[in-house]
Parts: sequence; C-alpha cells; structure tokens
Amino acid sequence: MSVNISVQFFASYADSLGRSRMEVMLPEGSTVLDLARCIAAMPGAGFLPPNPLIAINQMYAGPAALLTSGDEVAVIPPVAGG
Amino acid sequence: MTVRSELVRRPIDVSLLIGEAASAGRGATAVFVGTVRDFNDGRAVTGIEYSAYDAMAEREMMTIAVEAESRHGPAHIVVEHRLGMLAVGETSIAIAVAHERRAPALDAMRYMIEEFKRRVPIWKLEHYVDGTREWTDPTKAHPA
Repeated sequence: MSVNISVQFFASYADSLGRSRMEVMLPEGSTVLDLARCIAAMPGAGFLPPNPLIAINQMYAGPAALLTSGDEVAVIPPVAGG
Repeated sequence: MTVRSELVRRPIDVSLLIGEAASAGRGATAVFVGTVRDFNDGRAVTGIEYSAYDAMAEREMMTIAVEAESRHGPAHIVVEHRLGMLAVGETSIAIAVAHERRAPALDAMRYMIEEFKRRVPIWKLEHYVDGTREWTDPTKAHPA
C-alpha cells in the first residue's frame, strides 16, 4: 500500500523549483520527515533546509506526523507577512 | 467576542477598521498599521508584492485573533492583510483591537502582530529601484 500526496510549493520555493505543485507516492506509514527527505532528493532541491516547515491540511505539522492519501500538504518558506 | 480577519486585494482603509472595532463600551482601541518602507537592507525599494497560501493564512490569522482574546479578554478585533503589488507607503496590514481597557487592548494588538509575523504563511517579493526583485528572507537578523 502507498499514500498519494499532492504537495504545494510557494514563493521562493516555487520559484527555485520551477513548479508550484507535485504529486508524491510514499509507502503507507510515511511521515512528514520522510516526505521532506523525498523532496530534498529531487534535482534542484538542494537549497531547501533539512527540516522545512510543512503543513498538512492547512496546519503546521511536526516531522513525526503521519501522511494520509488525499492530504493537502504544503512546504512553507520562512514567512514574512506584515 | 467579535473577530473579522481577512486577506484583501484592495487598499486598506484604516479609519474604517477603527470604526468597525470601536464602540461605546470599549474605551480603548489599539491600532497597528504596517506600511511598505522605501528602503530595506541598504536597497531602495519601489514596492512589495505580497502572496500567501490563502486558505491557511486566513485560518492562522483567525486562530491568532482568537488566542489574543483568550489571553487578554473580550475584545472586538478587526484585521486586514493586503495581497498583491503594493507601492511604497501603502498599508499592508492593519489590526484594530477595541477593548474596555487600554492595557489589554495594547497587549492583544502586540501579541497579534508578533504572532502574525511568526506564523501566517504570507511572503514578500521586494522590487528595487534598479529593476531587480528578491524574496524577503526573514531568517536574516532584523530589528522588530
């Protein structure tokens, strides 16, 4: 079994990767940390920090959070509002 | 408790926010207004393009407003954060907190702007006089 995740990128991350969205397939039981490692291994992703901020379903998630098929996942660059 | 928290793509009218928040029973209205500065890190700025993860930003803004009220007591809170291209001097964010007393009004307003800067997924693409653009990196040291 595997989980299919749609991952969104924003701002500087989207610019650097040249895309704002990608689909990722991971083994069932995968965590945010597993996803971060998978993304970091992509060509051109060397600029990402080792533990980027990640949100699941619009809420910040820690590295141990489990991923489920259909989750809305976002990789969040350092925020700069205000 | 009343909170209105919104991302907008039009100019922010601060006086309208104050009027919306204030009332006869709330004797203190604290207001924070953020505007686009003409200089940053030694570079002349012409404007800032604001973008967001809209759905999460709106959720987080509302969460922070609710936290502010739970910490500092019943208030009427109105917040708008603008997205899109803003010129120097335009308002990017306005927070109005109306409370019965001034101390909790000021404390709630301060809590909100600090948490917004730390948690709300909004980003700035600065445009410079020399025609270049750069994403603001808040992980660099800056004064508050």
